[in-house]
Amino acid sequence: MYEENDDILGQVTTSEYKYGFVTDIESEDAPKGLNEDTVRYISAKKNEPAWLLEWRLKSFRHWQTMEEPTWPNVKYPPIDYQDIIYYSAPKQKIAPNSLDEIDPELRKTFEKLGISLQEQKRLTGVAVDAVVDSVSIATTFKEELAELGIIFCSMSDAVHEHPELIKKYLGAVVPPTDNYFTALNSAVFSDGSFCYIPVGVRCPMELSTYFRINAANTGQFERTLIVAEAGSYVSYLEGCTAPMRDENQLHAAVVEIMAMEKAEVKYSTVQNWYPGDKEGKGGIYNFVTKRGICQGAHSKISWTQVETGSSITWKYPSVILKGDHSVGEFYSVAVTNNYQQADTGTKMIHIGKNTKSRIVSKGISAGRSNNSYRGLVQVGRNAGNARNFSQCDSLLLGDKCGAHTFPYIEVKNNTGIVEHEATTSKIGEDQIFYCNQRGIDTEAAVAMIVNGFAKEVMNQLPMEFAVEAQKLLAISLEGSVG
Amino acid sequence: MDIQRRPQYNQQVMSKEVLDFFSDIHAARKSHPALAAFSEKAIHDFRCLGIPPVKHEEWKYTHVSKLFRNDLLCHAGTPKLSPSDIDPYRLPGHDTASELVFVNGVYDQTLSILRHREEDVEILPLWKAAEGPHAEFISKNLGHSASYHPDGINALNGAFASDGVFIMAKKGKSIVQPVYIYHVADSRNGFVFLQPRVLVHVEAAAQLQIAEQYISLGGNESFTNEVFELVAGQDAVVDYYKIQDEGRLANHVGTTHIRQTGKCLTNAVTITLSGALIRNNLNMIMEAEHGESHLYGLYLLNDRTHADNHTIVDNMQPHCFSNELYKGVMDDESEGVFNGKIFVRKDAQKTNAYQTNKNILVGAKSSAYTKPQLEIFADDVKCSHGCTIGQLDDEALFYLRARGISEKNAKSLLLHAFAVDILKNIKPEPLRRHVDRLISNRLEFNF
Repeated sequence: MYEENDDILGQVTTSEYKYGFVTDIESEDAPKGLNEDTVRYISAKKNEPAWLLEWRLKSFRHWQTMEEPTWPNVKYPPIDYQDIIYYSAPKQKIAPNSLDEIDPELRKTFEKLGISLQEQKRLTGVAVDAVVDSVSIATTFKEELAELGIIFCSMSDAVHEHPELIKKYLGAVVPPTDNYFTALNSAVFSDGSFCYIPVGVRCPMELSTYFRINAANTGQFERTLIVAEAGSYVSYLEGCTAPMRDENQLHAAVVEIMAMEKAEVKYSTVQNWYPGDKEGKGGIYNFVTKRGICQGAHSKISWTQVETGSSITWKYPSVILKGDHSVGEFYSVAVTNNYQQADTGTKMIHIGKNTKSRIVSKGISAGRSNNSYRGLVQVGRNAGNARNFSQCDSLLLGDKCGAHTFPYIEVKNNTGIVEHEATTSKIGEDQIFYCNQRGIDTEAAVAMIVNGFAKEVMNQLPMEFAVEAQKLLAISLEGSVG
Repeated sequence: MDIQRRPQYNQQVMSKEVLDFFSDIHAARKSHPALAAFSEKAIHDFRCLGIPPVKHEEWKYTHVSKLFRNDLLCHAGTPKLSPSDIDPYRLPGHDTASELVFVNGVYDQTLSILRHREEDVEILPLWKAAEGPHAEFISKNLGHSASYHPDGINALNGAFASDGVFIMAKKGKSIVQPVYIYHVADSRNGFVFLQPRVLVHVEAAAQLQIAEQYISLGGNESFTNEVFELVAGQDAVVDYYKIQDEGRLANHVGTTHIRQTGKCLTNAVTITLSGALIRNNLNMIMEAEHGESHLYGLYLLNDRTHADNHTIVDNMQPHCFSNELYKGVMDDESEGVFNGKIFVRKDAQKTNAYQTNKNILVGAKSSAYTKPQLEIFADDVKCSHGCTIGQLDDEALFYLRARGISEKNAKSLLLHAFAVDILKNIKPEPLRRHVDRLISNRLEFNF
């Protein structure tokens, strides 16, 4: 434990945002601005069927009638939606047939990020779909997975190869009209991952998508769709980074999960978009809609997220518990430092009978940041014997930051049991003193205590991610003590 | 820091007709000169703010706009009541207490009986106090709740403030006998609209107990829109009780705004037993260091009662302590709403603030909506909140059944025990017994 923390601290003191480099690669961009032509341009670029273009245009027209939400507890200057490039693709000379043909620059980028695109590096045991700006550049382990009947590919490939599935499930969980940013995403989404687990299959490896924003002035709008058929299991990881830039960049993604009878989906995110510099300049606006539906009985969806990046986070991974006996889980650690703002939480909608949900949310605020938990637990009139437990704790490091909790609990059934508890505190002087006395300096002590505070959530992460996430936590809080 | 988000009501939600209706009444019922400017501003604010629309975050579960109709009778010839009309409703211990009576929102001096010595407690109609030596205090403190949290409904009350009452507990006086306030809604002639206004000043080192009780006469609908403001000085001790056991058609929107201007202790207990649509705003503003406050609430609902308790505890200075406990039982088709906000401002280090909300859903069509909310801007604090929604413990029920207690009695017994946590915070014994009796009757609790 001890050495581990020392190790973390060693990295802490040397690194700021270590993923802030830019890959110098030619890219093909759509003209700046957003209108029907942009939507058509993206659709044409991706050679999409007519129904999808129609779907996009419909979403776009709906988006035009909507207003940007103002209810989240975050503040930012108005976004000029005409000043964003909606499509940017790294130029590759030929379409790569195998992973060896990927542009070496790009490959280097991912190596630098610690993501292996080479299948021989099986050690990691993770299949990766790598997305740069608007396009997916590579998906590993495709064949091995295909043998089991698992489809894991980029969204654009899926549209061509499995149109019937996409047509059936796209927008089924998060309809384009759901909110301002889903409508925007549905109009201009460029790529993302599609994952289909057939009946009774247990996916043998972690599936993962790595998102990288590279080009300047672009927005990233990806869409992930996971369909788990009856009795299947999949664990899915998502990681993301972006270069350090002075201007803010918009990221508006949609993730949809469909879990059929007895299926289980575990979705983990380590979100590390560029958070802006110490003065709060730059950084990613992360406005994401994530929702899963437990369609069948005994199904389970579990969200785990470690949120350390982004200058503004606006994200509520939700579960609709429609099937009887279905289970929803949400584990979250959200860290904000400097001028970061996070408004994150979850929604658990109990519709089926005997449904259960569990929420564990840990917020850590430092610097001048604001961290909000916003959650909804809803038990419908017919959701007999629903059970929920929520816990949200906040840790404050410094006297200029804020911690907020907005839990909404709505119960309409007299057999439901819902519990919620929340605490806010700081690291006790006695705790620090105890560590100091034993020769642990204050910064290491804080890192240790923070890790302990977040452990309940970290334990939910797959092994490969847990280590990375733990380091991240320490880095994000660097310099906030004292 | 953005603690008080300004409400942005849309004026359109209220038809111009209704706005004009209230403005006309306001114009017709001339405010007393001493309060004319105040009420003028209030009616102006009301016209700007309007009534919170259905989608307004603070009124999400409680839709008040439907109550503002223009067939309500405002002060339509305040009815003449005799003391015997009130007798059945007097609170226990009334023979030593000062009893203030409001009839349809207007303070009635003839029905009110002041039993306190004037050197201990001074009680005056608000307009009279505003004319006299309290003019300065009133101009500073009347309407503080409206400036703290701009609200159209509160503003509307302000327009009729000269019908209110002013109570002052004198410096250093420890007053044992309580002040009882009876709000009578006489709806025998139609839908009545009441707008009582109370301003209390508890001076330094004074001690005062106030209880408010609401009485429905007649079978028509009524709507009470009350604003109660209290300012407590250094070392003051204040106990405030609100007992709502009105008719089935009685609607209520009340704001209780308690300010601690010096280190003091304030307790508030809100008991809600029946009514139609009820909304209680309780603001505990802790403006001084080392303040202490306790907020307790019990809502025991049945039929189709909708009760909404919104509380704010605003810790503005260091070293404050607050504790809040609200409990609810919802039977039949009733709805219970709780929203508790705890603010800890930037400078309010070493704050300890606790909040708990517990609900039991009994009725198959009952609902509970709860939103315990923390907004914290200081780091060296201990704050927590918890809430539960559930049912009676099966094992406890079984224990009682196994001892030959009928299911009905066993349930009443457990629910009564659930309520006792709140009851025991009513300090004057006669009052506590009175509320206990109301609860026991409701639960048909008899052994």
